[in-house]
Amino acid sequence: MNLILIAIGAALVNNVVLSQFLGLCPFLGVSKKINTAAGMGGAVIGVITVASAICSLIYNYILVPLDLVYLNTIVFILVIASLVQFVEMVLKKCSHNLYEALGVYLPLITTNCAVLGVALTNVQNSYNFIESVVCGLGTAIGFAIAIVIMAGIRERNEDNDVPESFKGMPIVLLTAGLMSIAFFGFSGIL
Amino acid sequence: MNKYIERLVNGIVKENPILVLTLGMCATLAVTTTAINGIGMGLSTTVVLVLSNLLISLLRKIIPDGVRMPAYIVVVASLVTVVQFVLQAYVPSLYEALGIYIPLIVVNCIILGRAESYASKNTVLLSTFDGIGMGLGFTCSLTLLGFIRELIGGGTIFSNGSSALVDFTNFGFTPASIFILAPGAFFVLAFIIAVMNRIKRANGMKQAEVPDYTDDVEARKNDEEEGGAKA
Repeated sequence: MNLILIAIGAALVNNVVLSQFLGLCPFLGVSKKINTAAGMGGAVIGVITVASAICSLIYNYILVPLDLVYLNTIVFILVIASLVQFVEMVLKKCSHNLYEALGVYLPLITTNCAVLGVALTNVQNSYNFIESVVCGLGTAIGFAIAIVIMAGIRERNEDNDVPESFKGMPIVLLTAGLMSIAFFGFSGIL
Repeated sequence: MNKYIERLVNGIVKENPILVLTLGMCATLAVTTTAINGIGMGLSTTVVLVLSNLLISLLRKIIPDGVRMPAYIVVVASLVTVVQFVLQAYVPSLYEALGIYIPLIVVNCIILGRAESYASKNTVLLSTFDGIGMGLGFTCSLTLLGFIRELIGGGTIFSNGSSALVDFTNFGFTPASIFILAPGAFFVLAFIIAVMNRIKRANGMKQAEVPDYTDDVEARKNDEEEGGAKA
């Protein structure tokens, strides 16, 4: 039950983009078309889940016993960067289809603050290994939902008559604000 | 001397990281519930930015090209850890308010962006001034955003949690608290950028565009396919 609460909380109630503002760069930069947005969402789900699992293991079994907890930011960011590179190499070697679908998004994910954000949140809430993985998966699904909805709205928005000054960034931010209000509706669930 | 002043003006006005380049948005939107938080976050980022520009510029001839990104990341992450300890020790209230967003300065695109595009190619002094300019530009935008959100959403000016410089709620002003919640951040930034766009158009400059990686992604996909076909 606790695990379900963590997953729903991470995906909908505390949506990573719309209420915690993490991962905004890809959220704004890759949400022009639904196809690319869905690809990005898929790649993020994979990377965040694996990264939160590995970061949780490293924190609990290496950093805590050695009393090096204060190094967690440096360790996590290096682990994430090399993990993304590693996943890209494995995909290229083993599964060409999957690489074609998701591989192109991987370099954009290294600097996605959502990945580091989840790893740090897990540590802050002192989640154990399984809770960390569930929290990572939930967060990533929340990101995928948000970016696909955003891409859908932006595709529609292209033909609309937007005031000159609001074209580009402002209208996208306003859309995100309205989505954020909509996601507030989920806060009653927990 | 002129070119040093030019770097400062460039960071604050011409290439303002938030309002013109729209980089480093995560921290911008998340912590600006009050103007004081905005200043705190802005100055912390400025310190990291100045020191990282300084160090990377010093090391630019030593760091091999192939591993430059990991090297930059290690430099920035160490600096952020130092700043985090300083804040925890001397300004614990700010440390509590900024929370997880302090370690996340590491992945703030401005810092790696400046390291890659400026500090790795220019002299130490110029890079330092570039860091100061960019950092101050970042701080100004964050303070402005925090000021507006605090004023409309909390009815105060420069509140530090317990006391405020001016408190309009005493004069019967009912704050619209949505502005200090998440949606308000998006709305206020949207309107600030819209005003900037209006000013730019009046001066015959181009409006800010949404950074777009979709084309990058598709171009890379096409490259891969062509490469595959050749093989």
